[in-house]
Amino acid sequence: MAEQYGPENVVVILGAAEGEASGIAAETVTAGDPTFAGPLTGVSLGLKVYHICEEEIKGLVDADVYEEQVGMMEMVLDLGEIATEMQSIRSQFTKF
Amino acid sequence: MNAVIKSVAYTLTHAPDLVVHAGSTQTTERIVNPESDYLKAITGGLRPFEDVVNYAPNQTYIGGMTPAQLAEIPMPWYENGLPQASRFGKFGEIMPQQELYLLLQICDSFDLVLLETDYAAKAAEEAAKHPMLVELLARAKAGVETAVIEAAMADGAEGLYQDGKLVGCVKKAHSIDENLSAHVILENLVSKATSVISLLNLVKNSGINRADIDMVIDCSEEAVGDMNQRGGGNMAKASAEIAGFTGATGSDLRAFCAAPVHAIITAAAMVKSGTYKNVVVTAGGSTAKLGMNGKDHLKKGVPVLEDVVGGFAVLISENDGTSPEILSESVGWHSVGSGSSPQAVITALVTDPLDKLGLKITDIDKFSPEMQNPDITKPAGAGDVPASNFKMIGALAVKRGELERAQLDEFVTRHGMVGFAPTQGHIPSGVPYLGFGREDIMAGDIQRAMFIGKGSLFLGRMTNLFDGASFVVQKNSGVSPAGSVSEEQVRGLIATALRDFAKSLGGE
Repeated sequence: MAEQYGPENVVVILGAAEGEASGIAAETVTAGDPTFAGPLTGVSLGLKVYHICEEEIKGLVDADVYEEQVGMMEMVLDLGEIATEMQSIRSQFTKF
Repeated sequence: MNAVIKSVAYTLTHAPDLVVHAGSTQTTERIVNPESDYLKAITGGLRPFEDVVNYAPNQTYIGGMTPAQLAEIPMPWYENGLPQASRFGKFGEIMPQQELYLLLQICDSFDLVLLETDYAAKAAEEAAKHPMLVELLARAKAGVETAVIEAAMADGAEGLYQDGKLVGCVKKAHSIDENLSAHVILENLVSKATSVISLLNLVKNSGINRADIDMVIDCSEEAVGDMNQRGGGNMAKASAEIAGFTGATGSDLRAFCAAPVHAIITAAAMVKSGTYKNVVVTAGGSTAKLGMNGKDHLKKGVPVLEDVVGGFAVLISENDGTSPEILSESVGWHSVGSGSSPQAVITALVTDPLDKLGLKITDIDKFSPEMQNPDITKPAGAGDVPASNFKMIGALAVKRGELERAQLDEFVTRHGMVGFAPTQGHIPSGVPYLGFGREDIMAGDIQRAMFIGKGSLFLGRMTNLFDGASFVVQKNSGVSPAGSVSEEQVRGLIATALRDFAKSLGGE
């Protein structure tokens, strides 16, 4: 998709259940797969990447839809840990 | 009347050499990076049998200690073993690799398993001391010279190793059919053997006459067949044969990790309908998943904890008036149209069936979702799976106004438990608490428990749908076919009453 639409036009939105998993997924689409397991090993796409629970994304979604789809998980997740991890990955590796 | 959970058995089989030679993480590494440091290091991360027996989550799985007792032991549990633990627990046992290899041969009907002469003799000697294996020894074959095994290895056999030394092999069952390759036959025989040992423990635990078992459902994750019917199946009947269930038929039910819950729902309905009186749901474990997270474990200085093959068997029978009932009138299922957000999934599996029963989330005393051992999953970056599930269920209770948000942590402790099952896909999925749940209900400690299985169907590339199912087990209502009054008895009672009445009219 990054090739087809241009990496500057792609935003990746994650739904991982905790900080470390979010960080690994975010690193995969920015710096390259840190686990060296998949096709993005050694490929640095530098895409914009957010977690669905980050305020930047939450603010863009219809409040009722968000409550129906994410409301329950928002109560369960460690939102602070996820946001810190995501901001760290973006500041280091996102190119756009 | 609802069917009951009559008896349960759980087994683990230690398979350290199969971790190295049959686990998919390791077999993949051997193909893509044969000289990797990981492959050189993995043997050093394997645990001896004693450590596996002393490992508290394993003891919990076989009924040697309760989940509540496990929760009191500080993590990491691999650093806090229980000295002098027994390989036998009240629900089952932990079997060493040598007995597994012998059992593979016992389960092999086509002379595909070869064991070296001395090794076979030693294994038979040990098995003769085993309370259940001893009856199967007549099926074991004489050992062969190492040269015979080496010749088979040169012709595509899979090696069986003990402490890294070649002690036997599994031959391929066809010259070109991949579905009958040595790798697949080994995988299927291990699944069969670990199902068989669970069935034998179930017979011991329940005291049932084997001939009284009518139906066996296998809900493991392997495919049995050849190139013309790759998943032809009936592992169930193959295992029932070795276990001596002469009156039983069988069939397989496959649904990834959700299969055990689907199978128990099916078995309960079969018994409730009167089709069968005694149905056994069974599953052996998976060689492919051995050492699945071994890379992460070794990287973090953790032993290779995924070193056991899991198994279980559940006897579901006609209502006896005492054993806990499976509430067949309202089970949970994730439908094609349910949606895949966690909220949609928990609603479909937990609250939809409870609404039909007129129950709240808090009316379920214990939930048993995916019960993976967090000692294994946390170092692998997958978090604490059962704890996440309890939090999600509690969060839904908050959304429904059945729980205060401040009570969420307490809900997780009170209605949940620590995970204690190996990461063998279907093995941790809902059913590990069935044994303790049955006991807790019969002791009056709890009224009811909900069992939840989930499956990742996308892995087979046929659909992107998620799957899951659930059922509730509840204290027996106390009315059984034996305890109820028949029409004939009612007639007799009326006749006696009329006679007495007539006599009283006659002035006697």
